[in-house]
Amino acid sequence: MAEDTRQYTDFYAQAGKLICERSCEVMNAPRAEALQTFSTLGFPTKKVERYKYTDVAEDFAPNYGIALMPLLVTGLPYCHRISEAPIDVTPYYNRLTDRQDAVVALNTMLSVDALVIYVPRNTKVEHPIQISNVLKGEQDTMVNRRILIILEQCAEADIVITDKAVDHSHFLTNQVIEVFAGDGSHLNLYEVEETHLLCTRYSSVFVQQGRDSHVRHTSFTLFNGHTRNRLDVSLQGEGSEVILNGCVIADKTQHVDNNTLIDHQVSNCQSNELYKYVLDDSAVGAFAGRILVREGAQKTVSNETNANLCATPSARMYTQPMLEIYADDVKCSHGSTVGQISDAALFYMRQRGIPEKEARLLLKSAFITEVIETIPFEALRDRLHYLVDKRLRGELSKCEGCKLCK
Amino acid sequence: MLQINNLHARINGKEILKGINLTVRDGEVHAIMGLNGAGKSTLSNVIVGHPAYEVTEGEIIFNGKDLLKMSPEERAHEGIFLSFQQPVEIPGVSMVNFMRAALNAKRQYKGEEPLSAGDFLKLMREKRQIVELDSRLTSRSVNEGFSGGEKKRNEIFQMAMLEPTFSILDETDSGLDVDALRIVAEGFNKLRTPQTSALVITHYQRLLDYLKPDIIHVLIGGMIVKTAGPELALEIENRGFDWIKEEVGL
Amino acid sequence: MDNKNKFVREVAEKKYEYGFTTDVQTEVIDKGLSEDVVRLISEKKGEPDWLLEFRLNAFRYWQTLEAPTWGHLKMPEIDYQDISYYANPTAGKSGNSGNTKEIDPELMKTFDKLGIPLEERLALSGTAVDAVMDSVSVKTTFREKLKEKGIIFCSISEAVKEHPELVREYLGSVVPYKDNFFAALNSAVFSDGSFVYIPTGVRCPMELSTYFRINARGTGQFERTLIVCDDDAYVSYLEGCTAPMRDENQLHAAIVEIVVKENAEVKYSTVQNWYPGDAEGKGGVLNLVTKRGHLRGRNSRLSWTQVETGSAITWKYPSCVLSGEGAQAEFYSVAVTNNYQQADTGTKMIHIGKNTKSTIISKGISAGKSQNAYRGLVKVAKTADNARNYSSCDSLLLGSKCGAHTFPYMDVHNDTAVVEHEATTSKISEDQLFYCNQRGINTEEAVSLIVNGYAKEVINKLPMEFAVEAQKLLGVSLEGSVG
Repeated sequence: MAEDTRQYTDFYAQAGKLICERSCEVMNAPRAEALQTFSTLGFPTKKVERYKYTDVAEDFAPNYGIALMPLLVTGLPYCHRISEAPIDVTPYYNRLTDRQDAVVALNTMLSVDALVIYVPRNTKVEHPIQISNVLKGEQDTMVNRRILIILEQCAEADIVITDKAVDHSHFLTNQVIEVFAGDGSHLNLYEVEETHLLCTRYSSVFVQQGRDSHVRHTSFTLFNGHTRNRLDVSLQGEGSEVILNGCVIADKTQHVDNNTLIDHQVSNCQSNELYKYVLDDSAVGAFAGRILVREGAQKTVSNETNANLCATPSARMYTQPMLEIYADDVKCSHGSTVGQISDAALFYMRQRGIPEKEARLLLKSAFITEVIETIPFEALRDRLHYLVDKRLRGELSKCEGCKLCK
Repeated sequence: MLQINNLHARINGKEILKGINLTVRDGEVHAIMGLNGAGKSTLSNVIVGHPAYEVTEGEIIFNGKDLLKMSPEERAHEGIFLSFQQPVEIPGVSMVNFMRAALNAKRQYKGEEPLSAGDFLKLMREKRQIVELDSRLTSRSVNEGFSGGEKKRNEIFQMAMLEPTFSILDETDSGLDVDALRIVAEGFNKLRTPQTSALVITHYQRLLDYLKPDIIHVLIGGMIVKTAGPELALEIENRGFDWIKEEVGL
Repeated sequence: MDNKNKFVREVAEKKYEYGFTTDVQTEVIDKGLSEDVVRLISEKKGEPDWLLEFRLNAFRYWQTLEAPTWGHLKMPEIDYQDISYYANPTAGKSGNSGNTKEIDPELMKTFDKLGIPLEERLALSGTAVDAVMDSVSVKTTFREKLKEKGIIFCSISEAVKEHPELVREYLGSVVPYKDNFFAALNSAVFSDGSFVYIPTGVRCPMELSTYFRINARGTGQFERTLIVCDDDAYVSYLEGCTAPMRDENQLHAAIVEIVVKENAEVKYSTVQNWYPGDAEGKGGVLNLVTKRGHLRGRNSRLSWTQVETGSAITWKYPSCVLSGEGAQAEFYSVAVTNNYQQADTGTKMIHIGKNTKSTIISKGISAGKSQNAYRGLVKVAKTADNARNYSSCDSLLLGSKCGAHTFPYMDVHNDTAVVEHEATTSKISEDQLFYCNQRGINTEEAVSLIVNGYAKEVINKLPMEFAVEAQKLLGVSLEGSVG
């Protein structure tokens, strides 16, 4: 057994019983298999293609206290603790996850509770559901977060998930989200991370889409330490559409790695992906986006764009847009750029009297604007414009405006 | 207002300006004419402080201040405005945010309070009339998707907003049809006062018919080789530049 | 649609024109690989000790390696002990490749049949040829004429004898034997290949060309090409390849090394048409090649142009290391795959020097049940201020059973760099076909027209004589004209 996984397997050997007691049957069922996977595979090394740009073992090496707290779900409509879910979630829980990913297995092994967002058929959720994850505590802590989102046929919902950190401790979040978007459903899922330099985030999101479903996932990494987001979308119903957008602003020694897979399994589906990075100081950005069009997935339309601004000599960007296509009647394209702020635009603005620093800021903000403007939800759009602006001005060192932090 | 003494400048190691002397007084409009590559655009870029150009010798004094020591934005705050030959498109930056940033930076420089959002928008509406600029355009990103004529009108609109004391029109007439040219020129004339001056760079008499410059300079090979009254422009229109070259022995 | 399906079927059934074998007396050493075999090869070639040492070091290193696993290729298991590492078709004669008269007439016929004239009077205008069959260089034409200018163009075996100082200085300097599994293997057992040296200030007056052919059964071909272009010099080099039809896979693991010095320019063009295997995917050449150029000097230039239509498996990434300030590199590629062919090809552009510039244009065309992947790396090192790269990778799919893939990697470590990548995948549109049909062009012809138009940007980069050949090849592949 690899040394780097030992502290987790040791912990499980001691606390496994307690975890099972605090949890429920549906979550306990896959634990043994998860333990097996985790201890056999060990943390993925950089030789594993999808973990090429992030040193997982290093991120999981510190000795964190592992949180085993049940969720606090109070009065949010459609949101339930897994043990209180209105339907049997056995056919859903841990069904979409990649069984060969040790990071996911670790979550399955250690999660005590899960949040279930269940929207019954033909139900339209009027107000966006916001899930605030607040990392608090004086001790260095690891959190295993698990969310299950089930939209039945023709259900509609907007969900905003925010990550914040209140205390200046080291936090490691290992999140797994499974999304079932039923036939004809509409889901907008937004994730906004505003933590701090001591925070490490691993997120694995698995989405399965039914016929004519629409899913939009938008991810904003505004402030963080080390972040690695995995996002897999499986288009299994004809006529489904997925939009994946993301934006990263990173400076100092921040590290952000977004790794996405869009799997076109059937014909007549569309996917659209746009990720933008602004990197400053010694930040490291990585983007790998794989579009897979399976045999028979005719009439696929797919578009992928990754654009990056590197503002300093020590910032690094790795980008890897991939097309893998086994059907002929498709329209797929991808584009990727790494560049700088346009000198011509910068000079034009300075000639109009805008100070260089301000001009750079406006141009960076404009670069990000393209992603924000894709969001159909106005209040969030405004909020993000505000946060991005603050972030670029260097005023967003801790989370802002949330009731819990005050 | 503006005094240029023995100005030498180069770009990528190549000397373009080889000793320019030029004095523009309050209220005057000067025109600079010359063939392509004579250094006209270099001169305007050097005045506004384009970082690609290196001044190797000489000085530019603007209202008693040493211009060459200032950043491009300080020069703008001091009242210098360049209407670009090819205004750049800036996707994602709205005209409103752009103009507000520019105007408030200048006000801050002058020690004034920033304009309130209401007053600012009112000012935008007002100034738009001067060049008949459609409100559609001011709600878009800077110059993005503007036609050639719209871009030039947008330049004059920005001039109206920023109220510079010294404006440079760098081939503002290029790519404009007759109507657009008239609108732009008339817009410029409305902004003229006895305290404002301008430098107009052009190949053609057409624009000068509207702007009525006081003094014409001919720039050849990086030097001003001839200076005269407005009649010189007409003569160049009829006879070209060769006779001037002969006259000065080039 | 019926027409089109018919066309696709025909494409899938097209035959390989160059699949004949040559009946010459060939000396083939026993199968298997060991230190003794390496020594034997070296001995047969009468090599100096330093080269034997080089081979042995490579061989010992190779033994420590495991065969690579393949990201996207289905690679048959290669039994390295079941291959003969040396085959000499000239063995029946004196073996001296300097004089036409001494070449076996059967060999001459072979190259004639391939359209490669070895007699100088028949040669394509302005092309000097080095022909390599199996392991041995058969003939190099126009040597004397080139010699007048100080240009050295000969087989690498001869170069080892006649210009040992040059070979010793540059061999392995661009692709060290530790580079990868196949580079190590090649360094241990390489048989022959071409050597080119263009001295300072010389523009090579004609196209230099090497023609490779695998003939003998059960042999591998491990050629090695070394091109050194000194300051202010220029050369355009062409490489062509074919192999007979054989049921088993034939291994071809070559190395090409190019050194480009200050203000020098090298154009390297390849038309690769190794036997691709039959319609069921049986047999064919495994083309596992390491090609790399080192742009050492300021303002040096290198362009790779390749038209890849053959081989069961193609695994090659002609690469450029741009260390000289202002160096410029280009990669133009057309890869056509059909039946069960697999191609995994692309380039690496490693920007190290300031103001370096690279361009990548890749066109993949997949038909039948083939898999065609572009894999490329653009790396901008910290030192490469103002580096520029533009990449464009397009794929065209003919038929619904094939695959087209694009795997670009971009690593940027410098904030003044601008790196751009674009890729599209599409099929020939019904509209385009209909438009052609309406103008009286049948579907088959229309597809060929469109594909040729699609590949034109790359074909145009080839020297004229080669461009014609490449167009013909694309024609053969895609017109479906069964001969």
